[in-house]
Amino acid sequence: MKIKQYVRPASLEEAYELNQKKSARILGGMLWMRLGRGMVQTAVDLSGLGLDQIVETQEEFSIGSMVTLRTLEQHEGLGRYTQGAMREAVHSIVGVQFRNLATVGGSIWGRFGFSDVLTLFLALDTWVELYQGGLVPLAKFAEMKKDNDILVRLIVKKRAQKTVYLSFRNTRTDFPVLTCAVCMENGPEAQGYAVIGARPGRALCFALGRELSDAAAESRRSTSSARGLQKDMPAERALSESVPIESAASEKLELAVRELVQKVPMGSNMRASAEYRSHLAEVLIRRGLKKLQEGELS
Amino acid sequence: MKLSMILNGRKTEEEIAEGMTLYDFLRSQGCSSVKCGCETSNCGLCTVFLNEKPVLSCSVLAMRAQGCHVDTLEGLQEEAKEFGTFIANQGAEQCGFCNPGMIMNAIALFREIPDPTAEEIKEYLAGNLCRCSGYEGQLRGILNFLDWKKGGVRE
Repeated sequence: MKIKQYVRPASLEEAYELNQKKSARILGGMLWMRLGRGMVQTAVDLSGLGLDQIVETQEEFSIGSMVTLRTLEQHEGLGRYTQGAMREAVHSIVGVQFRNLATVGGSIWGRFGFSDVLTLFLALDTWVELYQGGLVPLAKFAEMKKDNDILVRLIVKKRAQKTVYLSFRNTRTDFPVLTCAVCMENGPEAQGYAVIGARPGRALCFALGRELSDAAAESRRSTSSARGLQKDMPAERALSESVPIESAASEKLELAVRELVQKVPMGSNMRASAEYRSHLAEVLIRRGLKKLQEGELS
Repeated sequence: MKLSMILNGRKTEEEIAEGMTLYDFLRSQGCSSVKCGCETSNCGLCTVFLNEKPVLSCSVLAMRAQGCHVDTLEGLQEEAKEFGTFIANQGAEQCGFCNPGMIMNAIALFREIPDPTAEEIKEYLAGNLCRCSGYEGQLRGILNFLDWKKGGVRE
């Protein structure tokens, strides 16, 4: 890719005006964009607009589009809120030097199929603030076609939930073969979600059905009771008595996960076949649910 | 377009093409430690510090460094000499082509995490590819260097 003119606008309004020409491009981290071909007439750099900040309030996180993936990785508030899932989602993306450049705006705007970032943010209550389009739920934004608007920031509304992020890579720092985020809201009528990305298409969010949520809850109860038994009786006896209860719940859970994964459209590419991805999805969702349960027990 | 930055502690001003990468600019300024290995933002060979953060100079427009501090290995020779010599004496590398990028990122690591674990070293240097050492020599060399700095025995 070649750039003819570089502009660092002084306001979002100016950036938006510049971006209305077809030959103009907004620069994020430029890491993916620069691998493309062709001439960019006007490269619009948002670096000078103060969009590289994360602001946390009691209700939400406001994440400027020029915040780097490294900043996301190291942000204490986001780390606490996602129970470490934010770091887990980005720490395998190439290296530190890459993540010091790659921006959250570039990752989300690109709506890349391979995106770890999109996968995790879909599992949170995330909204995209567009300069002209206003606030749009991320799930809706992910389906929209690219236009000449500008992604200003992400808003993550805080809700009581637990989140787990998992991905599978053939080699460390490579594109993921599959990404998976599982989250469960807290409370008696807890709604859970599983997000599957790198299918290899872009990530999709699925609400965990009541059956799966109940299965998870049942498994949680049986695991708790098994642990209770272990306190008062010899380990061998406790183990033998706990197995039937656990395995019944576990089988139900596995069946529910399998049914869920059947709904996820998968494709094949050089990294993996659709069948392999489906198998991975089952494993990662199960592991995610298990981690959520362990998190609650601890 | 006029680019102005503090390069290795010195104010530098040049007229440059607007689409020029920071890598090309630094090479034009005689910073030959900065090398281009992959040009796909993967190998870490072109690592420099932009406002003290390690970045891939092949993937940044030079104009983005306007008004910034940029440091290459040429500007960090004193800090790099001790570590570079130690690594060489350890035989931790073979051809040495990836060495400048690895040393830059190792310095960034030591500044950020003065006493890293083996896992932290592996993770921090994951973006520095080496095609001949298999990384074990580098890891061993870095761990030995850290031991030596703490007063341990040089192996």
